[in-house]
Amino acid sequence: MAFDLSRRTALKGLMNGSAIAVGVPLLDVFLDTNGTALAATGAPVPVRFGTWFWGLGVNPNRFFPKGSGADYDLPPELMPIKDLQKKISVFKQFNVPLDGAPNLPHATGGPAVRTGRAILAQGGLPGESLDVTISDLIGKRSRFASLEISSSGDPRNSLSGRGGGNLNPSEVAPSQLYARIFGTGFKDPNSATFTPDPQVMARRSVLSAVTEQRQALEQSVGAADKQKLDQYFTSIRQLENQLDVELTKPEPLQACVVPKAVADRPVNAEIDTVMKNHELMTDLLVMALACDQTRVFNMMFNNGASSLTKVGSTITHHQLTHEEVLDTTLGYQPNATFFLTKIMEAWVYFAKALDAVKEGDRTLLDNSLVMAHSETEFAKFHTIDNLPVLLAGSAGGRVRSGICVDGKGSPISRIGLTVQQAMGVAVDRWGTKSMETNRAITEGMA
Amino acid sequence: MSLKMKTFALGMAAVPLAGLAYVAAGAIHADAAAVTAPPAPTLAAPLDNVVGLRRLTESQYRNTIADIFGPDVVVSGRFEPIVRPEHGLIAAGAREASLSPAGLEQYDAMARNIAGQVFGEAHRGQFVRCTPADPKQADAACASAVLTPIGRYLFRRPLTTEEQAFYVKLAGDTVGNTGSFYKSLELALAAMLTSPKFLYVIETAEPDPARPGQMRLDNYSRASRLALLLWDSAPNEALLTAAAQGRLTDQAQLQTTAAAMVRSERFEQGVRAFFSDMLLFEKFGELSKDPIVYPYFNTEVFNTLPEQMLRTITDHLVTRGGDYRQLFTTNRTFMTRALGPVYQVQVKHSYGWEPYEFAPGDDRAGLLGQAGFLALYSHSGRSSPTLRGRAIRELLMCQPVPNPPGNVNFTAVQDTTNKAMPTARIRLDAHSTDAVCSGCHKITDPIGLSLERFDGIGAFRTTENGAAIDTDGAIGAARFQGAEGLGRTLAADPQTTQCVTTRAIEYATGRNEAADSLVEGIEKGFAADKYTIRSLFLRVATAPEAYQVPGKPLDDAVKHVTMAAIRQGRP
Repeated sequence: MAFDLSRRTALKGLMNGSAIAVGVPLLDVFLDTNGTALAATGAPVPVRFGTWFWGLGVNPNRFFPKGSGADYDLPPELMPIKDLQKKISVFKQFNVPLDGAPNLPHATGGPAVRTGRAILAQGGLPGESLDVTISDLIGKRSRFASLEISSSGDPRNSLSGRGGGNLNPSEVAPSQLYARIFGTGFKDPNSATFTPDPQVMARRSVLSAVTEQRQALEQSVGAADKQKLDQYFTSIRQLENQLDVELTKPEPLQACVVPKAVADRPVNAEIDTVMKNHELMTDLLVMALACDQTRVFNMMFNNGASSLTKVGSTITHHQLTHEEVLDTTLGYQPNATFFLTKIMEAWVYFAKALDAVKEGDRTLLDNSLVMAHSETEFAKFHTIDNLPVLLAGSAGGRVRSGICVDGKGSPISRIGLTVQQAMGVAVDRWGTKSMETNRAITEGMA
Repeated sequence: MSLKMKTFALGMAAVPLAGLAYVAAGAIHADAAAVTAPPAPTLAAPLDNVVGLRRLTESQYRNTIADIFGPDVVVSGRFEPIVRPEHGLIAAGAREASLSPAGLEQYDAMARNIAGQVFGEAHRGQFVRCTPADPKQADAACASAVLTPIGRYLFRRPLTTEEQAFYVKLAGDTVGNTGSFYKSLELALAAMLTSPKFLYVIETAEPDPARPGQMRLDNYSRASRLALLLWDSAPNEALLTAAAQGRLTDQAQLQTTAAAMVRSERFEQGVRAFFSDMLLFEKFGELSKDPIVYPYFNTEVFNTLPEQMLRTITDHLVTRGGDYRQLFTTNRTFMTRALGPVYQVQVKHSYGWEPYEFAPGDDRAGLLGQAGFLALYSHSGRSSPTLRGRAIRELLMCQPVPNPPGNVNFTAVQDTTNKAMPTARIRLDAHSTDAVCSGCHKITDPIGLSLERFDGIGAFRTTENGAAIDTDGAIGAARFQGAEGLGRTLAADPQTTQCVTTRAIEYATGRNEAADSLVEGIEKGFAADKYTIRSLFLRVATAPEAYQVPGKPLDDAVKHVTMAAIRQGRP
């Protein structure tokens, strides 16, 4: 594809010039040296990127390792990841400097991690989220540019988008997620037969024709409206791409096992329901990845100002973090921490589900990079410095996993920059104001 | 057109519009349509001077499809939510809203589903009045006769000759793959339904003769504005005809048209959409209550709460033509069997809604005594004077309340099981002794505390944890008791009527601001007309200022924007 070529060429130029300073791992170099290929076809195994979000942070003294580097210590709240410690890195002391912008409780931290910017008002994102940037690079050959999921309901619960009025809505119901991935239009890569659907061919030609109208439409609109139309046509291109995938015989994928349909079930913020919906949607997502239906995903376990509830409790997870008394003997808020325990349990379920899928001599988790993070450090006081961030997987060997990295108070955007570079995005500087950085985290790179 | 005819056309709006097109244009024969189509503007004409793109909301989309194709065409799918700007309306967010790949994927699926129903065997006869020479082959004349009038309704203006040719060719080109004339029509219609010309209301402008050098919305944009503002749907035949004849830029004729529209039955649909936006009804989608604390709060109750509020609003404001201020004091509402236990009232009918009037001592005054409002602004297991007070300030008085500071210390608020602090008033008092907190709590809590005799789902109670509830309330200097006192105080507060006036203007223009002079002028008239909602919307719909285009759109239009700039969020 011409676009890829030019991007790759540009990246090469960058590498030849200031490769060391920039530290961009070159996509094709990595695949040549470290990448594994599927035995059946010789095609490189795709590398996936995803995020996993949880709201309301951690109890810092019970979560962050005291030391750093490999074989880091596991305080009680991190203990659940023990089995996967070699595949999960922990980032501590990365801050969110706001340059005088307000710390909007539970709204500032998430967008800061995803966009490297401080929001000025609630509603929408202050810029393009990094998963979208990565999807523009690696999401073009799969059926879906990305899949957004919220296991606690509300399609607005999303931190993915191009900024302003553009937010990628989340799937909230397992049955709908199933229908979208494995319903009409899904082609089993391991099916012996393949017949392109003439109806899909017709739709494909309709979309091409629609795209041809673009210039006539954009010629007389103002800048803001042109931007909206550009985003519209980007979405049209993704739809065209989806049909192209449906019209192409897929490569066989050993790990792909088409799951059974999922029945309708309740969607709400009650913790047991959320855990179950998270499990079901994780399983569907894992197969969507194994069947190469998408290479980018965003999973929201709960929302920023967590509305999680427990049956019989008069207040939500969010209120508990503020109103529950700190137990002086325990040193934390037991009822609020109950939810955090559940969150870590869900995160481990998620990572293990990815790790259970074998792809050649690696696992799906190894071939992915998953950035898990929250929107506050300690929710009781809305602190956003030292936001907890975890990176799971090694992006197919591009990223060193299983270490604890101490940011020493440097901006959190360094993690976003590093992650984009690891995924092959030609970016050497990211974020705005005090979060603008060109300092990728070199110790995290393989 | 005589007044009588206009009333007739407006009254017919509930009938599928496509049918009306043929009535209006006379019998169209398939063979004649392609060659003798009325002269349409050139491609550039309707898209000249685009001054705004507003994404259709879910209800506008649904109402448009029902109006054009009939209510039996089912719209099933998920709509990408429009991001609500802080302290603003979704109507203003629609002006900023783009479409994500996932959102477009859904629109595409909905479009194909709708098109499949429209040209499926059950409905085909209604929309295809010509017979293709061969149902397995392309028939340009017949396709044009079918698609051109539908396109006019969907795009809210006549198709250009190029657009007509485009969709006819699209249908023709796909016959090879589909092997069916009707399937190709489906694809062409689906393409219209996923076009930005349908999904976005494209506002276009023309020079304003009253203000040399400035622009105003042109006739077709006014037709869309009126229909979306007053009916929450696309313009019908009468409005498109009025636009074609240039009547909507004539102040007197604009007045006559809008006056007929606010008198039509469909105005209720517009009022529902407005209040759903103003009162943040999307929050009902996230509402959940603890089943152990609130066993009465089942799915049926949950589903009826927004409808009860809308019925109360439209009954008072539209059916009865009541004073907006009395929306906060009225005793009238509607009940279903499911709501009986929540309100502790007898409901006669097992199914459906029945009118209900509260007794004066019930303290259920107007909108704020409704379980929907009380439950929405509560926590999952208990009431919240702060959330209720904040909602009243922000939504009904248009006074934004600051967010709590990032480093707030809530330790003063103890849990509800603390015997020393049985009521919310006592707990909040303790919290508000902290100077950092008291600044904001003193503008929200005294309002919300007056509603404390309603629990987290709006059920009546007189005690909390065994202690009697004190319903003393205050807004500024005004002191009152309970929900009735709050209702009377809000009704008397000029902020309340000024707020709804401001919101109505913002809703019409889709801009997160309204000029003070315009608000003042319209509110004066609103007051003179005893604060009826028809008066307010008629004034907003006919104010020349609301059709003026702010800024210099022509300069913006030629500015080149690179993808790189968009990526970096630069304008």
